[in-house]
Amino acid sequence: MSAAPLLEAEGLSLRFGAIPALDRVSLAVWPGEVVAIVGESGSGKTTLLRVLSGLARPQAGRVLYRDPAGEAREVHGMGEAALRRLHRSDWGFVHQNPRDGLRMGVSAGGNVGERLMAAGARHYGAIRAQAAAWLRRVEIDPARMDDPPAKFSGGMQQRLQIARTLVTHPRLVFMDEPTGGLDVSVQARLLDLIRALVADLGLAVLLVTHDIAAARLLAHRLLVMRHGRVVEEGLTDRVLDDPQHPYTQLLVSSVLAA
Amino acid sequence: MSAAPGYNFAYLDENTKRMIRRALLKAVAIPGHQVPFGSREMPLPYGWGTGGIQVTASVIGPDDTLKVIDQGADDTTNAVSIRRFFARVAGVATTERTAEATIIQTRHRIPETPLREGQILVYQVPMPEPLFRLEPRVAETRRMHALADYGLMQVKLYEDIARHGHIAISYNYPVMVNGRYLMAPSPIPAFDNPKMHRMPALQLFGAGREKRLYAVPPYTEVRSLDFEDHPFRPPRAEAACALCGSRESYLDEVVTDDRGGRMFLCSDTDWCRQRREAAG
Amino acid sequence: MSAALRTEGLCKSFTLHLQGGVRLPVLEGVDLAVAPGECVALAGPSGAGKSTLMRCLYGNYGAGGGRIWLRHRGAMLDIARADARLMREVRTETLGHVSQFLRAIPRVPALDIVAAPLLARGMAPEAARRRAAALLARLNLPPRLQGLPPATFSGGEQQRVNLARGFAPGYPVLLLDEPTASLDAANRAVVIAMIEEAKAAGTAVIGIFHDAEVRGRVADRVFKVQPLPNAA
Repeated sequence: MSAAPLLEAEGLSLRFGAIPALDRVSLAVWPGEVVAIVGESGSGKTTLLRVLSGLARPQAGRVLYRDPAGEAREVHGMGEAALRRLHRSDWGFVHQNPRDGLRMGVSAGGNVGERLMAAGARHYGAIRAQAAAWLRRVEIDPARMDDPPAKFSGGMQQRLQIARTLVTHPRLVFMDEPTGGLDVSVQARLLDLIRALVADLGLAVLLVTHDIAAARLLAHRLLVMRHGRVVEEGLTDRVLDDPQHPYTQLLVSSVLAA
Repeated sequence: MSAAPGYNFAYLDENTKRMIRRALLKAVAIPGHQVPFGSREMPLPYGWGTGGIQVTASVIGPDDTLKVIDQGADDTTNAVSIRRFFARVAGVATTERTAEATIIQTRHRIPETPLREGQILVYQVPMPEPLFRLEPRVAETRRMHALADYGLMQVKLYEDIARHGHIAISYNYPVMVNGRYLMAPSPIPAFDNPKMHRMPALQLFGAGREKRLYAVPPYTEVRSLDFEDHPFRPPRAEAACALCGSRESYLDEVVTDDRGGRMFLCSDTDWCRQRREAAG
Repeated sequence: MSAALRTEGLCKSFTLHLQGGVRLPVLEGVDLAVAPGECVALAGPSGAGKSTLMRCLYGNYGAGGGRIWLRHRGAMLDIARADARLMREVRTETLGHVSQFLRAIPRVPALDIVAAPLLARGMAPEAARRRAAALLARLNLPPRLQGLPPATFSGGEQQRVNLARGFAPGYPVLLLDEPTASLDAANRAVVIAMIEEAKAAGTAVIGIFHDAEVRGRVADRVFKVQPLPNAA
């Protein structure tokens, strides 16, 4: 277990008018740890993810990211250039809608290769070989490498987005409802794929989801959010099997047992 | 020759020229970076070289000798009318010979005769933004330049190779200037790109409709984007000029009849004539 | 010798906020100690809280009061107060749990389910898979099933996968919840042998065994869990 967290947030608050989207939220993510944030729509999960990843700015509180050299850097104070560099190297972001995370006019191979090229890769053959390997890894036939993602099913698009995000081996991946818009049968396959990749690569993941089953399958730790506040947190199985807060009990009891 | 009465020297008023010169100084100081300027209405339509003309008007002096080419030729309508325009409003000497000119305004070519120190090459630019087909949001392209975030341009080249087996850009081939800014070289053929690299002459670019200027100072590194295993190799027609026999110049294909007859000629008319004169 | 696991005044109650805040006390003042190499069987009528006690010990339920001392990395640690990350470390290194039912993960083969805790402890993938295969073979799970996800297995087959997973790492403390419930005589004998070997290797075992024969064979003593009088 490593001693220092990768990402550390303290006292994050953000209001949209009268509505508190985040109310004094603190959390930390350690290397190799999958942390899920659950709660219903409007509980502030997605806002929290945007603030943690630097895409939105909190009105109070701060977020620290520890870089590979061990230096803690304030996410909202590092400047746009440094933040962008982070987003295309150490970090990854998987969007709910693959259209937000893919370039729909660019081939599957180009989508996977973009992060490599942004990181300076300039050997076409090597980029292509890596893209093919990653397509295989996310169970997409490399023969479809030159097809645009518009020709892919929703599940394939989401797997492509994951390949595109993980190709540069980020240390921390933010996932916003990665199984959100998919059929149930497709969801299971995707969840399993994410689970295996996260374990193989030792990724740290911050996963936002309203799907309790997905959180149970993927997450080591769970945070339950309601009205912008973290009402309960702990080991995933403890929070789900022995929920303390009335809202968590409601959330858990609302899940249909399959 | 003297300037026609009723016009300020070189058509533009002095304040406008000063404004453009300031923008040019900034452009020279930041090679490849697009600098906005207050583009004026000119007595010709956009697309006919309004940006180039304003740049030329701002840097030209009474002692300069001007050459104007359009696709390499001195005798096409656009070249002839711009040359006449400056002869009339600035009273400057004009020439068709590259070596004699101090300022060369060009549309879509770089002369074959190597340029030297002290010369200025002024490009007419229809679209200064090299990323505009890839990223439709102007604000986002600005941010990409600011952060040198050019992975997307490389993706476009990747897509070309994946689709066509080679980089299918034959003109306006994107370049990196001084290792920092991605730049559109205006629609010159990729064949001309290597001439931009460490050119002794000053290169100025003007886009009138888009209201942008940029520059490449003398002896600046200009590198065409490519891949290690697909190096930049500009295409040239596998033929010799039908008039001068040149095998190293850029050739235009000329259709001679409606039965499929055609011939290749030097695009640079001055260079072709010089070769024929030298051959006697 | 000092205990491998010892509880002091362990309490657990449930507050059902959705039922008007009803409070259900289940455990009160539980003092249980298990030494290395010892097996303690939890006994008591159905509903007395044996499973709740097991879940509290594993951290699956949060302790309501009292302490749970566990020898972890050479020191006694109160896991009733350990945070989630420390609890993960404890579960990886020290504390194993064989639940009554396997929670099958879609598409993951039985062999990988068994090898996973070994990999988490840093064992090389090849060695982990070899050890997993050996344990599954010992529990008579045919090789053709080892490469399949257990979702479609019978109850007995799933339980054997679960047992192999729990026994594979050789945890210093092992919690067994009805480990032989749906096994035939032959496999019951294998499990009894595995528990005896674990004890001999110094593992402290706490189990719920409904099968009196198994309990008689492996348990050194019985710990009675009594239903609370006012449990309503």
